[in-house]
Amino acid sequence: MKKTRRDFLKIAGLSAFALGSAAAMGPAGALAASGGEGRYITSPKELKSKRWVMVIDTRRFTAPQDFQTVIDACHSEHNVPSIPGDQEIKWIWTDTFPHAFPDEAHQYLPDRVINGNFLLLCNQCENPPCVRVCPTGATFRNEANGIVVMDPHRCIGCRFCMAGCPYGSRSFNFQDPQPHIKNINPAYPARTRGVVEKCTFCPERLAAGKLPACVEASKGAILFGDLNDPNSSVRKALASNLTIQRKASLGTGPSVYYII
Amino acid sequence: MLYNAKVIIPGLAIAVAAFTAPFWLNLGSPEYTYPKLAVPAAKEGTKCVEPKEWMRAEHMTLLNTWRDQAIRYDRRTYIASDGKEWSISLQNTCMACHANKAEFCDKCHTANNVEPYCWNCHVEPRGNN
Repeated sequence: MKKTRRDFLKIAGLSAFALGSAAAMGPAGALAASGGEGRYITSPKELKSKRWVMVIDTRRFTAPQDFQTVIDACHSEHNVPSIPGDQEIKWIWTDTFPHAFPDEAHQYLPDRVINGNFLLLCNQCENPPCVRVCPTGATFRNEANGIVVMDPHRCIGCRFCMAGCPYGSRSFNFQDPQPHIKNINPAYPARTRGVVEKCTFCPERLAAGKLPACVEASKGAILFGDLNDPNSSVRKALASNLTIQRKASLGTGPSVYYII
Repeated sequence: MLYNAKVIIPGLAIAVAAFTAPFWLNLGSPEYTYPKLAVPAAKEGTKCVEPKEWMRAEHMTLLNTWRDQAIRYDRRTYIASDGKEWSISLQNTCMACHANKAEFCDKCHTANNVEPYCWNCHVEPRGNN
């Protein structure tokens, strides 16, 4: 009997399928051990909020020490390296009023305001430009609590988010940051060369029932709470003081408010 | 009939021999044994998150799922198969017991020529159990 090419291909295909499925069934069936049927829940101690916001009372930040305490608390807890120059990494930092609030600045402002420093950090925007431009979904907004999350596992280091952010809140690791961390905190990860990082609003602390590191270190000068709860400390502060946001005209919906 | 059979058939034979060489060359060698690991001795009686055999085969899947659940869904507590609750954290939960990277993680990874990049960012445990 003469075999046609068609018959040959049929038999070859069937044989390959039989061999392949036998190989797949055999070892997998023999090695499978029980386990791994666990469930995932939000931490029972987690502080809950529909929209976390921060209110910074700038009247209580006057001496350089007031800023430094807060910055050190954040940077030492989160393994933020101290790299001088244009490769610096910043999560929370300071700048002058005309730089932080260009829309509100004019030269006849009170001396305390025009010459003072202001505490700056990621604004955890309601409409974050960094999330719009991220090609891998490494940064995204947690719709449950309003935090703009950065997942360094997915970051490819394209730096689009740094171009998108109007607040300069994102820093790129041009080099391995770990040699520049003085006392590494073994309870928190560091980062690696080639990823972007920023302030996180401390979801790992919120899950443990604690307020963010900067809020805790500020001794009441920074308030943190739920914007959607009319009885929260932040809503009370917003109702009783004149507050401004950074570059609100851009439509990003910043979550950090400043009492001037 | 096949054209150029006297070239093609020896060629095929050489190719098959080359591809299957790893099997022939390792036929007589001793069977793979699990490297001896530094199991956390100080915490005798405590059990791992999931059974040992399952963790040995599937820990990488569990770690990836932990990572995604914690970061992307903010679910930071794991209820294991036996009902025990664990806080999802490589550095604070796993490494609280497995504090010896060189004698625990690296042993198998080196033997199997695996290079996970966990430690590019995550801080290595410093302690020896």
